[in-house]
Amino acid sequence: MLTPAVVLLLGWMIIPLSMTVYFSFLRYNLLMPGQEQFIGFLNYKYFLTDPAFFAALQNTLILVGGVLVITVGGGTLLALLLDQPFFGQGIVRILVIAPFFVMPTVSALVWKNMFMNPVNGLFAWIAKLFGAQPIDFFAEIPLLSVIIIVAWQWLPFATLILLTALQSLDSDQLEASEIDGAPPLSRFRHIIVPHLARAMTVVILIQTIFLLSVFAEILVTTNGGPGYATTNITYLVYAQSLLQFDVGGGSAGGIVAVILANIVAIFLMRMIGKNLDV
Amino acid sequence: MARAVSTRRKMFITLFAWGIGFLIFFPILWTFITSFKTEAEAIASPPSFLFFDWTLENYDAVQERSNYFRHFWNSVVISLGSTLLGLAIAIPAAWSMAFVPSRATRNILMWMLSTKMLPAVGVLIPIYLIFRDLGLLDTRFGLVVVLTLINLPIIVWMLFTYFREIPGEILEAARMDGAELRSEILYVLVPMAVPGIASTLLLNVILAWNEAFWTLNLTAANSAPLTAFIASYSSPEGLFYAKLSAASTMAIAPILILGWFSQKQLVRGLTFGAVK
Repeated sequence: MLTPAVVLLLGWMIIPLSMTVYFSFLRYNLLMPGQEQFIGFLNYKYFLTDPAFFAALQNTLILVGGVLVITVGGGTLLALLLDQPFFGQGIVRILVIAPFFVMPTVSALVWKNMFMNPVNGLFAWIAKLFGAQPIDFFAEIPLLSVIIIVAWQWLPFATLILLTALQSLDSDQLEASEIDGAPPLSRFRHIIVPHLARAMTVVILIQTIFLLSVFAEILVTTNGGPGYATTNITYLVYAQSLLQFDVGGGSAGGIVAVILANIVAIFLMRMIGKNLDV
Repeated sequence: MARAVSTRRKMFITLFAWGIGFLIFFPILWTFITSFKTEAEAIASPPSFLFFDWTLENYDAVQERSNYFRHFWNSVVISLGSTLLGLAIAIPAAWSMAFVPSRATRNILMWMLSTKMLPAVGVLIPIYLIFRDLGLLDTRFGLVVVLTLINLPIIVWMLFTYFREIPGEILEAARMDGAELRSEILYVLVPMAVPGIASTLLLNVILAWNEAFWTLNLTAANSAPLTAFIASYSSPEGLFYAKLSAASTMAIAPILILGWFSQKQLVRGLTFGAVK
């Protein structure tokens, strides 16, 4: 019963991954077929000492960190807001969740053109209303622009998970603390935050897995530029292998990306494993 | 929380929450509105928000520029195809793990999950080369296979969590009455599991519809779904905001509507049961 699923996933994981490992030790360029040659760790050496790698690693960390700060911070505030009783709760919830369902290429292009364009964008118009010089988002603050777009897409996810966790909070406990005269702020610190801590960790870990592989948003807005300003590890590997046809170097980069993701994955797997009662 | 709240406070929160909700939703609303403008109107300054001549010309233009409905159909085939194929593989697996758990079950589940954590770039090159050699590049079949495999762990996990909620005694009763394994699945399990299967299907169609790494890397003109088709708007020729908006609106509308029905499944499916 299990066999088909296990065999397929095993094949999906082991065959391509071992090929990537194998390629990463070869000099292998698609433009020079038939000249593959074993070169040991040379690809890794080139990849890890390439200035582009440091730029990409830094951008990856800033991108993941920036989006996490915005989404977890904003998501907590939004979840607290949506948990309050007010009119039209269901509708507002639908509005807030909507960006998660927009495909990455659409949100990137809509933001890039209709909001962030320095001439025709809505932000430029707002800036001019206040007599300010419009910002040329993708020239002046390219990485931040990508962060804003990606954060908009992931804010609903964080909000929804944290809201779900918040709603499972025992309201008796809150009421008791209220009767005992605990001020709102200490109620937040001593009851709500500890309760949310677990959900927050899950949000952070899951988002990190996805955010390490942000690709479409970069491809359609900046192509990794200007220079390497918005190139992350995923995009660097893509550019090296499918634009420069350097299969060996790209494979070495792919393995580096796998190792980075694994560091996060180990923590996430532990969290999930603890909750799995089999 | 059933606590008395003053009306004034409630009114204030209502206003505030609606304001925030509107801001977050605004880019989608703005795309929708712009899709009904002329190109000149779309870049007019000051922008008009509601009072302009609403037109449907962009929706025609998008179809003329390139065969829009071909890409729409590609999205439907790829997302639905990969989900159905994934369900066919995952239902037996999740069933056996939920009802006949062994010592290995936990490890298998965790291992399946770990495949989901493998970053796509780690296997991009081999998949690309295999696809090239097998003639699968730019085919819908190739994409269905890849998307089935990348979403299989989520499908198995979601089904597993739903199946575990079905009381096992009912299955035992069926077995005592002499039901075979196959009919046990077909007539006992499936009807009880339909809600869970439907939720899994819904979430997976959404994920597959919006998948934008493999669809961008493995397709060209022929089998490109909407994610890749919209990406072709990143190199603008002339005025194109209104057309971009029309193409985008049609690309996101179906999944937005499905998505609103799937809020609960989203939490369950994407946190692997770690948040309830």
